Amino acid sequence: MSDAALSAAPAARRPMRFRETRRMAATYSRSISAMLGLALVVLFLATAAFGPMVAPFPEDAVGAVNFEAKLLPPSAEHPFGTDQVGNDIFSRVLFGARTTLQIGLTVTGIAILIGVPLGLIAGMTGGWVAETIMRVTDIFLSIPGLILAIAIVGALGPGILNAMVALSLVWWPGYVRLVQAKTLSLRNEVYVDAARALGAGPFRILFVHVLPNCLSPIVVKASMDMGMAILGAASLGFLGLGAQPPFPEWGAMIAQGRSYLPDWWWCAFFPGLAIYLTVLGFNLMGDGLRDVLDPRQR
Amino acid sequence: MLELDDLRIHFPLASGEVVKAVDGVTLKLAAGETVGLVGESGSGKSTIGKAALGLIPATSGAIRAGGEDVVGASAATLRRLRSRAQIIFQDPHASLNPRMTISRSVAEGLILNTPLRGRALRERVAELLARVGLPEQFLNRFPHELSGGQKQRACIARALALDPEVLVLDEPTSALDVSVQAQILTFLKELQAARPSMTSLFISHNLAVVRFLCQRVAVMYLGRIVEEGPVAEVFENPRHPYTRALLAAAPAPEANPRAKGPRVDYVELTGDIPSPVNTPPGCAFHTRCPVARKGICDVDRPADLDVGPRHRAACHFARDLEAA
Repeated sequence: MSDAALSAAPAARRPMRFRETRRMAATYSRSISAMLGLALVVLFLATAAFGPMVAPFPEDAVGAVNFEAKLLPPSAEHPFGTDQVGNDIFSRVLFGARTTLQIGLTVTGIAILIGVPLGLIAGMTGGWVAETIMRVTDIFLSIPGLILAIAIVGALGPGILNAMVALSLVWWPGYVRLVQAKTLSLRNEVYVDAARALGAGPFRILFVHVLPNCLSPIVVKASMDMGMAILGAASLGFLGLGAQPPFPEWGAMIAQGRSYLPDWWWCAFFPGLAIYLTVLGFNLMGDGLRDVLDPRQR
Repeated sequence: MLELDDLRIHFPLASGEVVKAVDGVTLKLAAGETVGLVGESGSGKSTIGKAALGLIPATSGAIRAGGEDVVGASAATLRRLRSRAQIIFQDPHASLNPRMTISRSVAEGLILNTPLRGRALRERVAELLARVGLPEQFLNRFPHELSGGQKQRACIARALALDPEVLVLDEPTSALDVSVQAQILTFLKELQAARPSMTSLFISHNLAVVRFLCQRVAVMYLGRIVEEGPVAEVFENPRHPYTRALLAAAPAPEANPRAKGPRVDYVELTGDIPSPVNTPPGCAFHTRCPVARKGICDVDRPADLDVGPRHRAACHFARDLEAA
């Protein structure tokens, strides 16, 4: 029964598990844009982790006032210049990274925690339960997310915490749609039938056969959503509904710097650049991950 | 053993119509027997295979697999059935979870149905894979690292892990290369010899393969069995015009067709199989049948006629076709 091709295969056993990972890493690193995205994300994470420690003027992040140094252009002492109350913008941008990361992780995390279970339930059960979940999802998806978030923050009152709550509440429906569609196609897979024939119950089907095969699109969407959530929070901050000055949040910093455009451009430019690079980084990384994890959806 | 008694499986459509995938099938497989189930695509043969394991609910009728009633069985009974009946699917590329190693896939049934764990489990899995010709280095590979034939062997190992009394083979070779098909078929033949008490339902549209592996054959058309009997009897002396058409359509497996007894006057089939939503009245085959007669075949549904030892055909003229 054994043919030559079988016995000729190399007898490597342990490295087998990592071979897949290595192949994916190789595919990912071949893409320049994906590597640029990864570099930007790593830079952002490093800034969030160590920024507050290396910031030259840490007291400026919490609202110190130094009118002698107000609205100075970028220089060696103040690489990003200073704002209207003399705070060092570079220090404030470094501090802002941590807030931004917190917003991105919280919003995406809560959206996944709400959306993925609902999507799995809707995909696996069918009937009126699924119908209810999907129609509510459709209602949420039919309203522009940011508008709904503004309405929610308007009701709860402005503030960074309320902004995160509002964004999380409008973010989960995308995950329901994604996971429900994936679950619907996976539950008809032949290997799911095979598992049922072997005696696997619905929970084993769900957690061993369906969920692991849903993970790739979830990871891809999550990395894209990190950028989108950061942008959303910055938008709320810009509108004065998110973080309140002098809290060092990038969107709020742009809002303040806006009144000083175009003469004192650096007040708005550098926080804007930080948002731009961070969102770009997460989007490029998400694209690269999709190419590796989910080649069929390209 | 496996028994289907007047089995009906209907799928309601959103439009209110009903697809009659299986419409009154009675088939009994004795212990140790291998029975072929042949027919065109859409004749309901795969539906029967899945229903035999309780993967598709039956609309009415009875299924007994390994002495257990499958229709209307409780979850506990279905669970007990798992070790008694197993299935091998057509597409080996789709029948293994891409995120699970081969050994985990093969171990799944053992984990669910036996107390085997740890080292004993690993040894049993390695032994099962070795028996289908997959050496130890395949244990920790993922399905995409295997060829189609290797995957199908892994699926066979998975199905045999629980020592089933009934094995349903749903076109196990039709997705494979011809050379690999031969290997798998030889292996299945060896399996029959090694497990004389195992009952197999072999679903196929390949008549040569059925002839090679099966003792009896049932021919399906539009959810019904039109002819059933011992392989030699049905193939040499087909009594249903549809069986004749199928045999005529298949390329002769022998180099010299005349060497194998007298050939009947074969008919050729035109047109497509009618939709199982609107099955024709009377005999479902009368729209394509060369011997159909107006006023009989389009009105009366033919009953099963005994046309030989353990040989039945559902045609009004089954007995007249004898000496064609």
